[in-house]
Parts: sequence; C-alpha cells; structure tokens
Amino acid sequence: MATASLPTRPSPATPETALPPSNAKGKAPKTHSRPGFRREQLSGWGMIAPAALLLLAFIFIPAVLGFGLAFTNARLISPRPVEFVGVENFARLFSDPTFYRALLNVAYFTVVIVPVQSGLALVMALLINKKFRGVNFFRTVYFLPVVTSMVVVSLLWLFMYRKDGLINEILAAVSFGLIDGPDWLGDPNTAMPAIIILSIWQAAGFHMIIWLAGLQGISGELYEASQLDGTSRWQQFRYVTWPGLFHTRSLVLVTITIQALGLFDQISVMTQGGPMDSTTTIIYEAVQSGYRQQETSYASAISLVFFVLVLIVSAVQRYLTREKD
Amino acid sequence: MNKKFTKILATSIAAAALTATLAGCGKGSASSSTEGSGEIALWTHNAGNPEELAAVQKIVDSYNGSQDNVKIRIQAFPQDSYNDSVVSAAAAGNLPCIVDIDGPNVPNWAWAGYLKPLELDADLSKHLPSTVAEWDGKPYAVGYYDVALAMMARASDLKAAGVRPATMEKPWTKEEFQDALSKLKALGTWEHPLDLGTAGTGEWLPYGYSPLLQSFGGDLVNRDGFQSAEGALNGDKAVEWAEWFRGLADQGFMAKKSGKDSTQDFLNNKSAIVYTGSWAGDKARAALGDDLVVMPPVDLGEGPKIGGASWQWGVTSGCSNAEAAMDYLSYSLKPENIAAVAKATGAIPASEEAAAQIPAFAQGGANRIFMDFSREYAVMRPETPAYPFIATEYGKAVQDILNGADAKSTLDNAVKAIDANIKSNGGYKN
Repeated sequence: MATASLPTRPSPATPETALPPSNAKGKAPKTHSRPGFRREQLSGWGMIAPAALLLLAFIFIPAVLGFGLAFTNARLISPRPVEFVGVENFARLFSDPTFYRALLNVAYFTVVIVPVQSGLALVMALLINKKFRGVNFFRTVYFLPVVTSMVVVSLLWLFMYRKDGLINEILAAVSFGLIDGPDWLGDPNTAMPAIIILSIWQAAGFHMIIWLAGLQGISGELYEASQLDGTSRWQQFRYVTWPGLFHTRSLVLVTITIQALGLFDQISVMTQGGPMDSTTTIIYEAVQSGYRQQETSYASAISLVFFVLVLIVSAVQRYLTREKD
Repeated sequence: MNKKFTKILATSIAAAALTATLAGCGKGSASSSTEGSGEIALWTHNAGNPEELAAVQKIVDSYNGSQDNVKIRIQAFPQDSYNDSVVSAAAAGNLPCIVDIDGPNVPNWAWAGYLKPLELDADLSKHLPSTVAEWDGKPYAVGYYDVALAMMARASDLKAAGVRPATMEKPWTKEEFQDALSKLKALGTWEHPLDLGTAGTGEWLPYGYSPLLQSFGGDLVNRDGFQSAEGALNGDKAVEWAEWFRGLADQGFMAKKSGKDSTQDFLNNKSAIVYTGSWAGDKARAALGDDLVVMPPVDLGEGPKIGGASWQWGVTSGCSNAEAAMDYLSYSLKPENIAAVAKATGAIPASEEAAAQIPAFAQGGANRIFMDFSREYAVMRPETPAYPFIATEYGKAVQDILNGADAKSTLDNAVKAIDANIKSNGGYKN
C-alpha cells in the first residue's frame, strides 16, 4: 500500500499548488466529521445487517432453540406434546458407548489432521511462494480439490478405495503383486486412516492459500537483512518466516481444528459411521438420531455437548496461542 | 478511487446477499403446497426413475383431462432425499395433498397425524395384501405395485455343480443351501459364489435381511402390541440367524461388502447366486434367456420369507380438498393405470385384473413367479410407528454383525435402544 501511493506524489508541479490540498486535508476532519461520522455509522450498520440477519436467523435462533430442545422429549414428527424431561437425554448420551466411540474417532481425526494438514499446507505454500515460470499452474493444481465439493470428492474416493479399486491396483502394480490391499473402508483398522488421507488431500489447498497470504505479508527487507547477516535457508525460515507467520498460524490452527471436529460429509457419503462404529462422529450421530431416528431432542443434546467441546478446545487454543508479553 | 471502488463492491455484495435471501424466502414459500383454486400437489419419489415418473404423469394427465374441477400437479424428488424432504415438510406443516410413501413408514406418518384414512371408491379387497398399508384397522395408503425378493442363478451353473434348483414346492433348506454353496465354491469359478447385496445401505438392510431373520423364527419386534423387541430380536433364533449370516462371509461364500450393483455382477458372472428383487427379473432374463432360474429364498426353518410393501400413495390430513385427492386415487387405481405403472417399473401389479393386462404377469407369464412369491411369502415389516427407528437400529446391527461384532451383544444393544425408544414415545399408542 505504501508503494501504491508513491507514483501520485510527484504530480504536484509547484509548492503553491501543493499547498491548498494539504490545507483542505487538514480542515476536512473538522468540518465533515460530525455528519460524515453519522453516515459512516449508518452505512456500517447497513452493511452488517444482511450478515447479521442471516446469522440471527440461521445460527443464533436455531442454536438457542436447540439448547432448549435438549432438555425436552421433542420428536421430529409426533402427535405427543413436548415435555420437559430434565437431563434425561444427557444421561442417556453419557451411557451410550457409541458416543464415546464417536468422541474417540473425532479426537483421532483431529489429532492427525491438525499437524499433518497444516504442515503439508505450509510446505506447499513455501513451494509456490517462489517466483518461477508456471507458478500459477501449481497454485491452481494445489487449490483444485478445494473447489470440488467434498461430497463429489468422497464419491470418487469411494471407488478408489474399493477392494478392486484404483489404489489397490496401483499398490499391486508397483509392488509386482506383492501387496494385496485391504478393503480400505470395509476394515475397521483402515477406514479412519483412509478418510484422513482423503480429507487432507481435499482441504490442504485451502490452508495453503492462507499460509501463502501470511508469507507474502512478511516484508522482503527482513529477508534481505538476514541474507546480509549470512543466514542459512533454515535459519531464515526459523528466525524470519516462522515468527512472521504468528497470526496466520493461530488462524490456521483454529480453522483446521473446528473443521476437523465437525467431520461429517465424508462419513455420511462413504461409511455411514461403520464398520463397527470405527468412523462415526459426533455430528454424524446427531444427524442420524435427529433425522433418520426422528429424535430431535437427543440430537439437540448431542449438539449441545459438541458445542461445549468446541468451545473448550477453542478456548484452550486461544490461550496457548495468545501473544505473550 | 480506491475507496469508491470498495464502496461499490460492498454495496453490490450486500445487494447480492439480500436478493439471495429474498429469493430463498420466496422459493421456500413457493415450494410449500400452494394449492390455489382447484390445484392439488402430488409428491413422488421417482425423479430418478424416468419410466415410472412418465407412467404416473400419464395417469395424472388423463385424470386432469377427464374432469374440470381439479388439476393434479406432480413434484418429483430423488429417492435418496425423498423421506427427509417429506418429514421436513411435515414438521414445517407444508405437506402437499397427495404423497408417495414407502410402505413400512405409513404407520409412523399415520400415527404422527399426517395422513388421512383412505375413503376410496375402488375395491381394495382384491389387491395384493402387501399393497395396502393399514394401521389401527384403517387403510392409510395404497400402492400400484409390490416387489418380491428372489434368488437368481444360471441353470447351467447349478447343473455343473450338481445342485437341484429350488422351487416353490421344495425350496432349499438351510443344509441344502450350505451344500449348494460349498459345491459352487468348489467349482472355482467365483471367488464368492453368493451375492446377498451386502453393499446395500438404508432401507435395503431391513428389507433384504429381516425376512431371513423371520425365516429363522426371529423378528424385528414382538408383533403382539409392538411394545418390545426383547426375545424377538435377541432370542436364540435371532442369534442363530446372526451367526449363520456372519458364517456365510466367514466361509468365503459371500463378500462382506459386495459390489455396487449385484445384478450386474451376477450377469458378468462374478457370482453364481444373487439375492435380489423382482426389479432385476427383466434385465436378467434379457441377458440369460432360458438359462435363468428364479428361486424362492431359502427356508431357514419357518419357510421362505420375503418383505412386503413397496411405495404407496396416501392423502395428507392437512389437505384442503381431500375429496378430490381421494377421487384421483380411486381413478388412478383402475386396472389399466396399475398395469401401466407396473409395466414401467417391472414390478408386480397390485391387482389380478391389472396382472391380466401384462403378459409377463398373467397366468403362465415369465414373471408370474414373483407374484406367487409375494402372495405366499410376504411378511409385512412391523406395522408400528416405531418402524423407522427399528429399521435404523436393525440396519446398523446387520452391518456390525457382518463386520465381526459379537452377535448376542450387538442384538442386545439394538433391543435396548428400540425398547427405550418405544417407551419414550409412550408405546406409540394413540
């Protein structure tokens, strides 16, 4: 931005002509501030309004309703009146082994996804942050999976993961028939790793773009200075790039974590929580009980617990990534 | 200039967002049953099935042309999302007058108060029993057709293995079935001689596999009052079924997860026996001709069983012009209409008169055997409002058992969940 204003500076030919504008600029805040301030405030609210309305209608109101429903016996469709049942739904939830399995699966998914996906995205961002011919080609290629819908990606990978699918064929071909790949999604041991790989492939490009934005925000002067000091490339990364990515890092961490905790699309399309609950997740359980089993109240209870969990995880992350003085 | 640009951009984004919201709202209210003067909306699940949709459209067109009082308007949904759409619409109070319903869900919807008991001019007593859905002693939905489960094989394969083809007079017993599979497997032609369609999900699981359980002597729920699944779904017979079912995979007779399209796999000679429905009959016969044998499912103790009830039509209780809706349904049940839809879907026509109009289903026709299966073996899925819940629990249990979960504890868990659900709904009593 500083460089963008440079070319306009030499345009005033003489000091005389240059003065009046500077005078006008000096006076402007005084004369225009009151009415301008009002208008700016108004247009500010106006611009917030659409988003605020949508948030209110589709996030806040349903959330509040959901919290209320969790303490009732509401059904999706039922002739019976809704009754207050206290913590019955929660008692049932906490005695349900499937729920703990879902928690475990989500934890597993998140613990693998967060470091691997953000790390891979950073490596990709570093690679395409160079200036060379065809860099845009690579940027596009890395970003392509993100543009594709997760449902479509899941359907395609569903075929690739089959016992006689593409992945096993490749494994057999490169190992000269030695490796007889498993039925990836049909085996409780491989189902979750298979979903993790697919998820990373699909979403890493998105975080690559965020990293890239962070990388380009680091001033080139810092690199020049470090080069003058004779640093190695690793030292440059460690002492210039890494600290420079502080804010980006928090953002990437928080967004990946929340995204990972909300795992649903892949599961719903590919495994429906199976085999033997090895891929079920909290959101999947909520949708399953809320729609297929018509137990709105139980699904609300699951969602409420999920909400609290996400809140705790985010709070912990905020605390850990806070700016220390 | 920069500021101006930002302003324009922001305004246009806001405008776009607003238009989108408004459009969304407009669409939302338009899709609800705007039944103006003399227009009745009809929802159907067959958007993905052009032949069936065309047949229904033809009935509607001829009905619309036959009188001037009302116009029926069809809205078709893809089958996968149809139930969710209807349930959401029901919850929002936006149901159309006439809906298409999967038979086993009728009691649930009737109990919830979304359906009106049918009052039709047409005589339903001559229809296949499984095409009329009753609950609480009243008919709530009626279908044009039913489908029947069957086992299909090649006569030449059975002969090569030295196995007797099963017939309705003498279906295979459990031991004969075991013997047949061993012999077929020994031929070495197929990795898995049997294809039970284990890749199926959703309603296929209870539809396809609860008849096997019933043939063992178990059931999804105690049908006496429908208050508990205890003993029916987790008794000795049920455990026996679960272990037998799991054993088919353990012995290598079938895959834990079959191919996506079992019929196609069978036609491509990837399996020797396929367990599928009458819908595959025409395709298989076209490919194999006289070599195709259609056999009843195995008699696992209580005789062969197949699931009854397919898609049916009902009138919603909120319908403002129920009389006209009933009139349309009566009209649509004319034998020639039933025959037209059954022909388009390759399904079993609901009435004998309609069957007479389709050569394949008339006496001596190639598909007549499916109609006989339906009459002889059909067991309705439990006619209780708890069915959708029972179906999901059973489906999950089937998949878990197939993947090696302990049979008894898996079934116990399913029973526990089902009983808790029935209890929390006050026994689903009216």
